[in-house]
Amino acid sequence: MVKRLLSGNEAVARGAWEAGARVGSGYPGTPSTEIMETFATYPGVYAEWAPNEKVAMEVAIGAAYAGRRAFCTMKHVGVNVAADALFFGAMTGIEKGLVYISADDPSMHSSQNEQDNRQYARFARIPCLDPADSQEAKDFMKAAFEISEQYDTPVLLRLTTRVCHTSTPVDLDAQHEHDLAPIQYPRNPAKYCMLPANARKRHVVIEHRLDELAQFAEVTPLNRVEQRSSEIGIITGGIAYQYAREVFPDASVLKLGMVYPLPVKLVKDFARSVKKLIVLEELDPFIEQQVRLLGVELFQPQNLSSPKRADQKSIFPVFGELNTSIVRASAVEAGLIAGEAEPVPEIALGDLPPRPPTLCAGCPHRSTFYILSKLKVPVNGDIGCYTLGIAPPLNAMHTVGCMGASISVAHGAAVAGDAERHVAVIGDSTFFHTGIPALINVVYNQSNVITVIMDNRITGMTGHQQNPGTGKTLQNKPSVQLNIETLVRACGIEHVKTIEGYDVKAIESTLKEWMKMDEPAVLITREECALLPSARKRWTPLQVVEEKCNGCTACFRIGCPAILKSSKMDEKYNRPLAEIDPFLCTGCEICAQVCPRDAILFRSQLARPLTEG
Amino acid sequence: MEKKKLDATEKPVRFFLVGVGGQGTILASDVLAEVGLKCGYDVKKAEIHGMSQRGGSVVSNVVWARQVFSPIISVGEADVLIAFEKLEALRFLPFLQPGGLLLVNDYSIAPVTVSAGVALYPKDDALYSQLRQRSQSQTWVKGVELADSLGSAKAANVVLLGSLSALISGDADVWLEAVLQRVPAKFADLNKKAFEAGRAVVMEK
Repeated sequence: MVKRLLSGNEAVARGAWEAGARVGSGYPGTPSTEIMETFATYPGVYAEWAPNEKVAMEVAIGAAYAGRRAFCTMKHVGVNVAADALFFGAMTGIEKGLVYISADDPSMHSSQNEQDNRQYARFARIPCLDPADSQEAKDFMKAAFEISEQYDTPVLLRLTTRVCHTSTPVDLDAQHEHDLAPIQYPRNPAKYCMLPANARKRHVVIEHRLDELAQFAEVTPLNRVEQRSSEIGIITGGIAYQYAREVFPDASVLKLGMVYPLPVKLVKDFARSVKKLIVLEELDPFIEQQVRLLGVELFQPQNLSSPKRADQKSIFPVFGELNTSIVRASAVEAGLIAGEAEPVPEIALGDLPPRPPTLCAGCPHRSTFYILSKLKVPVNGDIGCYTLGIAPPLNAMHTVGCMGASISVAHGAAVAGDAERHVAVIGDSTFFHTGIPALINVVYNQSNVITVIMDNRITGMTGHQQNPGTGKTLQNKPSVQLNIETLVRACGIEHVKTIEGYDVKAIESTLKEWMKMDEPAVLITREECALLPSARKRWTPLQVVEEKCNGCTACFRIGCPAILKSSKMDEKYNRPLAEIDPFLCTGCEICAQVCPRDAILFRSQLARPLTEG
Repeated sequence: MEKKKLDATEKPVRFFLVGVGGQGTILASDVLAEVGLKCGYDVKKAEIHGMSQRGGSVVSNVVWARQVFSPIISVGEADVLIAFEKLEALRFLPFLQPGGLLLVNDYSIAPVTVSAGVALYPKDDALYSQLRQRSQSQTWVKGVELADSLGSAKAANVVLLGSLSALISGDADVWLEAVLQRVPAKFADLNKKAFEAGRAVVMEK
């Protein structure tokens, strides 16, 4: 058998392919993105980026109705967008296997909130699988399709960042043989048309389905007991299993691969077999609460005062991702294990300069944020690379919530009578995602919100995915390029202007002019993301003319990582001159435009080496 | 200088890699994971994608062992800390175990907080003595300079891998094979030279 090192995401894609999945639809979102990107490269499959997660889930449901194994991928918050579809898919069931994939992001490495999407499985009455490494990610994906078909239900495969983005060795198998004969599309309104009369009957069906799934949970190899010492017994699932094994090498473990519904008998039997029973899970007390509901007694930590809340987690933190040191510290505090005899000595680092993520050198969003910061207007932001406009020295964003919220939050301020003029900033892909209905609302309900659509010709933050504006599909087929100007006009916006992303002066004059009128307007700033291969070809580092620079700091204030403080000082003012890092500078010329002393040369002013052709 | 032999058959060997988004930290950890597999170990490699890659600090963990459980390395657990940027070496120093091996790319990238003038970048001697809190055996390599002289500063990560292979007495052929598996074929020659240059500077010491 071939063993390959695969990330959890690559393993899920491999599992989907081995299981004979034909259709995948998703919306990019960390940490889920690579699943669909990888699946798209397998032969004989259809994979797409949908404009948002709700659409992606509905596409997968539609394909499963049509008799093809299908799945959808999204990050945890994407499931909120797709929740409407999640519930109706759970109600109707399917013709062929259907898997919903939610990639949760404990610790919010790249997210706006922390949520435990195992809760969605219980909420929508569907089974939930929670793998602990890449091998399981692949195996569970295949099992999910089997369960889906056997019980006529969508299955939630819940991943977390540390499973998605950890690579572990995986055994590769051949592709499952599947029947590709055309099927008769179902004409079964009692099952597939969720009118109240049908839906009431289906709710009864899905509750019975859960009973059967709980029976299945007792016998499936997805759940297993590892019997070691009877002193401590741990119920765990997902990535937390790894921490359990490392911190408690001698403990017995009930390892739940299927975390919903729980195997009642297995849990009770396991509880009886050990002296101290604990639950080790990341985020919510999802398993712990259900175990308590069974009346099973859990170990009482010595440090636990009377519970402040009924849904309190007893030993381990409810926020952030776990690791072995957090698990160990919590276990020591609870009196479960002894503290380490020789703790690692702490060291003093002093105040280190922080290195937060920042807009890249050459980022075309920088110019707009520079102007917005200068205009001192309230800016309602959105989700994407441009969220980094919030960072100093630009400080040009005042609210950020969820995908598409910029325009509606700005509209809310306007209709509330806020005295200041609001500007909403939103990226191209986010505009397609959920920005359009919000813009229609601005027009229909007549507020004066100015929207800046920052069109960098790609979905940036998640690592360059195609979208409806780029002219290419996920599987690299040429497609239409949605015309944002036409779309915005069709929404009813009259003042629409497109400006090149780097054109500082034009952005400033347009925004200033629009501030004077009391009508909604849309500015489209267009420039390729500087990290795209086509843009990289044009990179030309600029230069500072030291004789002209007097260290006035104007260029420092655009917050470009390529502009450094030189060790050379201006003699008159005794302040450092500007210097440009030739490895980082792309030659976007924003700094050259803001320099009041023409001390930064534009591309056209650079001396060209003679060898260049 | 003394070379360390790291054997993961008895207990796990943990590599903590740090750098700044875009420096090739992920490629380097891919190679390290591949080397572990080639040596017959179980391997896990954990990294973070997304927002942090936009010029922020990036961290990647590689663990070799007979059987690896946790993919993430806790404070004081790393056997080796490899920093592709000097300041990041110090930022993540607590993760190195006392007496662990420290490999530093002698290269600085000013965080925006420094270029904007709200913070100061520590000086080399201060960095060096701070780093001694955890390890007496630090190796600084001019990875960017060396790689640039060979054709592309981007191969600095591979220079460092070459140095690491020498520091832990790795079999050069195994390492080089893993490097060449992971880089585009058209840059094979450059990366081979970069690896060898990195290995040579440590061998000479």
